[in-house]
Amino acid sequence: MGDLLSLFVNSVFIGNILLAYFLGICSFIAVSKTIETATGLGFAVIFVLTVTSPVNWLIYHGLLAPGALSWAGFPEMDLSFLKFITFIAVIAAIVQAVEMVIDRYSPLLYASLGVFLPLIAVNCAILGTSLFMVERNHTFVESVVFGAGSGTGWMLAIVSMAAIRKKVRYADVPAGLDGFGFIMIIAGLMAMTFMMFSGITL
Amino acid sequence: MHTDLSHYKEILIKGVWRENPVAYQVLGICSALAVTVKMSTALVMSIALTLVAAFSGLIISSLRNWIPSNIRIIVELTVIASLVIITDQILKAFLYDISKQLSIFVGLIITNCIILGRAEAFAMANNPADSFVDGIANGLGYSMILVAVAFLRELLGSGQFFGFSVIPQFLYDMGFQDMGIMVLAPGAFFIIGLLVWLKNSLPGVSHEKK
Repeated sequence: MGDLLSLFVNSVFIGNILLAYFLGICSFIAVSKTIETATGLGFAVIFVLTVTSPVNWLIYHGLLAPGALSWAGFPEMDLSFLKFITFIAVIAAIVQAVEMVIDRYSPLLYASLGVFLPLIAVNCAILGTSLFMVERNHTFVESVVFGAGSGTGWMLAIVSMAAIRKKVRYADVPAGLDGFGFIMIIAGLMAMTFMMFSGITL
Repeated sequence: MHTDLSHYKEILIKGVWRENPVAYQVLGICSALAVTVKMSTALVMSIALTLVAAFSGLIISSLRNWIPSNIRIIVELTVIASLVIITDQILKAFLYDISKQLSIFVGLIITNCIILGRAEAFAMANNPADSFVDGIANGLGYSMILVAVAFLRELLGSGQFFGFSVIPQFLYDMGFQDMGIMVLAPGAFFIIGLLVWLKNSLPGVSHEKK
């Protein structure tokens, strides 16, 4: 249990998928203009990550990993090179399915999350989490915790960024720095504060 | 038919400088920053991305008249993902150490906004040769920023260039120190921010407001 908690805290703060590994920056910049939309996208990312990471774990360890096909009589088979194309297809399919289910059963939730779901399919944070999960040899339970933790960390970063951008809206920034450059420098400062959690051990 | 060289030159300049992917279109920095601690990884990543961009442009543009428009994103992603798998296998075979250091970031070329963006915006509407040149141009524009960031991070962060120490010893004796922050994540954010500022301040570059 302690290991899982420590993995969660680690993926939220120290190994923050956005501020330490630079994943999902495109939508981080585009959707952090208001706190409401940032929160909506944040929840959508948490949800999709918590689902895709274990599903991709099952597919990788059940079909693609070296020796995974021994139950079908192919113990020598190593399909791990197919993981990129498989993961991206699984993510796109899950996002599509989730979108249809939400649309059918909860129009209210769809109204707030629906617009973000297609955007998430090509978000590098989602594919990146699945690839990290394979590379770090997580177990099935760890892959769920890691997915949820990465999503939470991403949401924390984008909501904080939206809040900061609201505060600095009328700041007098030098002309060339205004906009994208300024956001990157704020992100740098945020990354520094998130690094301070690295002293914590659970 | 545009076969004259000036036409290709125009596409190249547009991609490399005037509409430079990272600074102007604000695309594709997802995978750009994590590999910029060292020049060697940044350079290999740049070459990989440029080749994938060029060949995905070529293939998607050749297929553009046969791709039904409602499944075009899936077709584009499949083409790009296949090219990335080939790239990853080549890197594992010939540059194993660097492919280990690039870890998952070669795979993330699939979701790189530059590649899919150019496939959508350019390759679906132009002939294969133009799309190939456009892919190279956008790849080079991206490489320029990536290598610039890597150069500054490696120089300031560990005093090296391609792994060789270049800061003379007497500077260290006088009290100069490597900036530890540069090899960590925040350093990359700061450098990108400052590079965008520099580029926006140069004449002849229109910049977007927030």
